[in-house]
Amino acid sequence: MKKMLLTGSAVGIALAMMTAPVFADEDADLLINGEIEITVRTDAPPHMENVDTIYSGWVFRSTETQALEMDDFENPGMIFVDDAIEAWETVEGTEGKSCADCHGDPDGMAGVRATYPKWNEDAEEVRTIAMQVNGCRTEQMGAEAWKYDGGDMLNMEALLASVSRGIPVNVAIDGPAQSMWEKGKEIYYTRFGQLDLSCANCHEDNYGNYIRADHLSQGQINAFPTYRLKNAQLNGVQSRFKGCIRDTRGETFAVGSEEFIALELYVASRGNGLSVEGPSVRN
Amino acid sequence: MNFTRRDTLFMAIGSAVAAALPLRAFAAVEDDIAAFTGGAAVGTEGITLIAPEIAENGNTVPIEVSAPGAVAIMVLAAGNPTPAVATFTFGPLAAAQSAATRIRLAGTQDVIAIAKMPDGSFVRASQEVKVTIGGCGG
Amino acid sequence: MAENVKPRVRVPRDATAGEVIIIKTLISHPMESGQRKDGDGNLIPRSIINRFTCEFNGETVIDITLEPAISTNPYFEFQATVPETGAFEFTWYDDDGDVYTDTKEITVS
Repeated sequence: MKKMLLTGSAVGIALAMMTAPVFADEDADLLINGEIEITVRTDAPPHMENVDTIYSGWVFRSTETQALEMDDFENPGMIFVDDAIEAWETVEGTEGKSCADCHGDPDGMAGVRATYPKWNEDAEEVRTIAMQVNGCRTEQMGAEAWKYDGGDMLNMEALLASVSRGIPVNVAIDGPAQSMWEKGKEIYYTRFGQLDLSCANCHEDNYGNYIRADHLSQGQINAFPTYRLKNAQLNGVQSRFKGCIRDTRGETFAVGSEEFIALELYVASRGNGLSVEGPSVRN
Repeated sequence: MNFTRRDTLFMAIGSAVAAALPLRAFAAVEDDIAAFTGGAAVGTEGITLIAPEIAENGNTVPIEVSAPGAVAIMVLAAGNPTPAVATFTFGPLAAAQSAATRIRLAGTQDVIAIAKMPDGSFVRASQEVKVTIGGCGG
Repeated sequence: MAENVKPRVRVPRDATAGEVIIIKTLISHPMESGQRKDGDGNLIPRSIINRFTCEFNGETVIDITLEPAISTNPYFEFQATVPETGAFEFTWYDDDGDVYTDTKEITVS
């Protein structure tokens, strides 16, 4: 079947917008545990030229998938937060320290996730939150770095996201981060792969439309890491980028590469104003 | 569009398998039902099955069954390679003979619930769930 | 072999006699169906939770037989009514012989 698709006008078929049955409640509001208000739609930040309103990916999901995120008990992503709470208190490395020894209770990290990726003055680089976690592990704890988008790292990212839920994403795009942001923006608008698709072709030009049976979102990353029903595990931002570029039948960048760090900064900034929402539930 | 002989052969095999599968699954469903009911007649009143009309991903489909007064409720997915999904047996402290869970569906198919009532009779409900195929690599 | 299996249960702390109590349970478990193949084309052996029970003071609330069609991280929601103060016992039975349990006490007034 794949062969047949290829011989047709591949892009035409891939982007054929079908009148699929509407099964997402795009006007729904998200309140988690009856107390954490999540901003799932708001005015686009001024630096976005072609979009007026930004939406969390939650808005584009079916009623059933949306419901899974409204109660922590029903959200399977919270299983991994529990695992990370254990890791948070576990002493590791040559310095005999745990995360808790420096940072105290995980709740004290509220607001941190909202500002990443961000410029690190000492390292003189833009760091994603995963890079910062590994910075702590290798520089402060004398522990081994975790694999980028590996299980341990995604668990910790889920914990850090969970304590920031409801806080608006506020990523800095100026100052020393600006050149990486520009680089990310360029990648966002560059067409990749045999299908010749940029991020913008799907997530800016066609959000709300259907690509086959998938309801296209704006590709926001405020809600990562995300528990996908498809693979029943947490998924990281850069692995999702990789999946997208692979789907254009392109050669992808590596998870943890400078290109993806730049893209993560840029895409995160497109969500400035939406709430931190992870760990979220998606299809 | 050019099909090689190889493609055509595979397509022929594919359609033969596709044609044979439902029959085999159908027989398995009938066997499972017969094992549960002992071949008794099955009514349709007094049982509710709630499942989404369209599931975004077949890997995790929320369903809910309810049959007031039932002893047990069996759930089947008629189009799965193995149709059995779960059997809920209610004890004296169940406040309602109902339960919700999340199930795997291999594709668009009927989900069937059959309740065994205390008088030995059986009732059945079924609903088709459409399982969508994603645009982005499934 | 299933690793890192952790049961989670939500039950209210107190209730009145005869009140309908909603119970939710979730256990982290891969529920390997026995129908998937690994990278080398070999069948990954089935490894699932095959039974779950909830009892209160020794009396059954619900007894569930699970098949491989139950999703990863099995979730159940059901209702109980209890006559007196006591404890709910939750038990999950794994294909590999492991048994996982959780207990929740409830005060009935």
